[in-house]
Amino acid sequence: MQELDIAGQGSIRVTRKSNNVVILEKDLATEQMVLAMGPQHPSTHGVLKLECLTDGEVITEAVPYLGYLHRCFEKCCENVDYPAIVPYTDRLDYLAGMNSEFAYAIAVEKLLDVEIPRRVEFIRVIVAELNRIASHLVAIGTYGIDLGAFTPFLFCFRDREHILGLLEWASGARMLYNYIWVGGLAYDVPSDFNKRVKEFVDYFRPQTVELYKLLTENEIFVKRTKGIGIMPADVAINYGWSGPMLRGSGVDWDLRRNDPYSVYPELDFKVPLPDGKVSDIGDCLSRHLVRALEMEESLKIIEQCIDKMPSSEGFNPRSAVPKRVRPKAGEVYARAENPRGELGFYIQSDGKSTKPLRCKARSSCFVNLSAMKDLSKGQLIPDLVAIIGSIDIVLGEVDR
Amino acid sequence: MTLAALPQFSIPLLMGNSLNVWSEALVGFSPMGLPLGMVILAAIPLVFIALYSLTYGVYGERKISAFMQDRLGPMEVGKWGILQTIADILKLLQKEDIVPTSADKFLFVIGPGVLFVGSFLAYAVLPFSSAFIGASLNVGLFFAIGIVAIEVVGILAAGWGSNNKWSLYGAVRSVAQIVSYEIPAGIALLCGAMMAGTLDMQKITMLQSGSYGFAHFYLFHSPIAWLPFLIYFIASLAEVNRAPFDIPEAESELVAGYFTEYSGMKFAVIFLAEYGSMFMVSAIISIVFLGGWNSPLPNIGSFALNEWTNGPVWGAFWIIMKGFFFIFVQMWLRWTLPRLRVDQLMYLCWKVLTPFAFVSFVLTAIWEIYVP
Repeated sequence: MQELDIAGQGSIRVTRKSNNVVILEKDLATEQMVLAMGPQHPSTHGVLKLECLTDGEVITEAVPYLGYLHRCFEKCCENVDYPAIVPYTDRLDYLAGMNSEFAYAIAVEKLLDVEIPRRVEFIRVIVAELNRIASHLVAIGTYGIDLGAFTPFLFCFRDREHILGLLEWASGARMLYNYIWVGGLAYDVPSDFNKRVKEFVDYFRPQTVELYKLLTENEIFVKRTKGIGIMPADVAINYGWSGPMLRGSGVDWDLRRNDPYSVYPELDFKVPLPDGKVSDIGDCLSRHLVRALEMEESLKIIEQCIDKMPSSEGFNPRSAVPKRVRPKAGEVYARAENPRGELGFYIQSDGKSTKPLRCKARSSCFVNLSAMKDLSKGQLIPDLVAIIGSIDIVLGEVDR
Repeated sequence: MTLAALPQFSIPLLMGNSLNVWSEALVGFSPMGLPLGMVILAAIPLVFIALYSLTYGVYGERKISAFMQDRLGPMEVGKWGILQTIADILKLLQKEDIVPTSADKFLFVIGPGVLFVGSFLAYAVLPFSSAFIGASLNVGLFFAIGIVAIEVVGILAAGWGSNNKWSLYGAVRSVAQIVSYEIPAGIALLCGAMMAGTLDMQKITMLQSGSYGFAHFYLFHSPIAWLPFLIYFIASLAEVNRAPFDIPEAESELVAGYFTEYSGMKFAVIFLAEYGSMFMVSAIISIVFLGGWNSPLPNIGSFALNEWTNGPVWGAFWIIMKGFFFIFVQMWLRWTLPRLRVDQLMYLCWKVLTPFAFVSFVLTAIWEIYVP
């Protein structure tokens, strides 16, 4: 047993056991405690580590540590052909693979300047919106778990299963689709796909109401989320927030409407915003509400797409897919409204190679998470969990 | 005992009050001055409850939650997964018993034991039927309330001994919660004791018997009796750390609270204690407010339903059914409601439940004094 002074924390009594030092007790500084939340923690939604400085249950500071899931996405992209990057984009936001592929496809198509068949665009929008619903279902369900409500989670997953089934039917995979290709699609949708999607829409409408009653209107749920983690609109904009997070702060901003891509300008949908009646604008409940209401809008979009979609006669989903993608020298930034916010791809081409010179993904989760330090100051540990849940991070996209 | 003697023995066993004879004979059984019969008699409810907790409590929870969540629940082990819990226990028994290097070994090991003892000691005073009570103390209710507090020591030992920050948070939360909620719970039970005029659990139950069945229960004794009943039910949820008051083991916040570091059989013991406590508070609320082992069925004219459905064996049936009902409600709440925050929990206890408990206490006292 000996006295040590480690990192200026005062005198610490330790005992040595083989190689590891066992700290028995130190000068009991009772004011603050460093609490490492994660990377293995049930409610950090993956391998996020938050180092919290806590005073009792109150958090004085929470710093996110990232990189546990870093897979060198951008470096990989520089070494593979343009179409081969598509499967990598699936693995960014693995809960919304279609949306990531969509954003990437838009970026490369912008660089190539190709014309996409109309039917392809509609199918892309349908699968992307289906995937948005699936992603929001996971967000809402896991948010329930974070706050102790287990049952809504399973209800959400039950409904999500139908979407995954539909997407599997179309693409052959449940989560990592590789379906939206540069210039087209891997396959046309199966012949009965539209009918089944319509069936799903009819089935899902009442389920959202049930979910609303079970979770969103629950007194305890409201108590746990209302007024927690308030982010004012101007700070949110300064942080670069996007998607439901930004709309939760009351900023009317949706890329599908404000910077339209694909066939979104032809579609009629609303951008849900918190009205401040149920929730305080900018709090966790607002973000949750935005997600819950967005699912309904996505259903509307899907219905319209099915009605407007050109028939499959003489349709080849790969008709516009280039044999060899070799764009002219230049750079492009294209962005799409993902379930978690703006996913942008910045691609630079040197004009000679079939591989991008540089491919950067602008991840919404990463940007949203950067506000963690501001949001968590002075909150309780349960509130920190509520805040992380409301940010709805996917570590695959944060770390890339 | 020969085989031929069996029928003679089993027939009186089923006939009501001869159970008493049987149990008294067993109490007298003390070879070499050791009161073995007493020990066996006290152990029987424990064995029953342990069996219940293991198989039906855990299995029931899984099946009920599955039913509520559109799932099947355990289906593989045995028909409808009936043997799932046994398989789980066997698995837990085989697991390595890990004690973290930096843990305080004494506290770490003793924690689950204290917890277990604390939750099961109260069974001694629960009357399971008119002929069956482990220890008929004249302060039974007081004992039952008091002995539960031992659990706090176990939780604190487990949480502190684990030398894990999450465990410590869980333990501190748990202790704060249990100690706080004992006040409204205790006052609510006092209302029941006031209506009965005794703390003896067996006497409290007997006072609620009568030919009108449920109408004699203390829940219908006075117009305000539902208030202490409700208060005790809510407070008991908090006392046994059930949702929406499960913040000591809030799995999404504190990983698993005070038993984060536990594995294997120690974990199983903590689990068992938790399910034991669930049945205990359910039994207490049934005894004090819902007539314990009394049949709720009233006599209707010449149909003496109440008499037909009363008796020692029926009594055990009724109290266990009532207990199961409250356990079902606990599970129902758990799988429906989110979790309260720690400060909201304290608010509910000190600013809502405790004042209302006092109000119901005073009103019950007035009712007892002025209404004949």
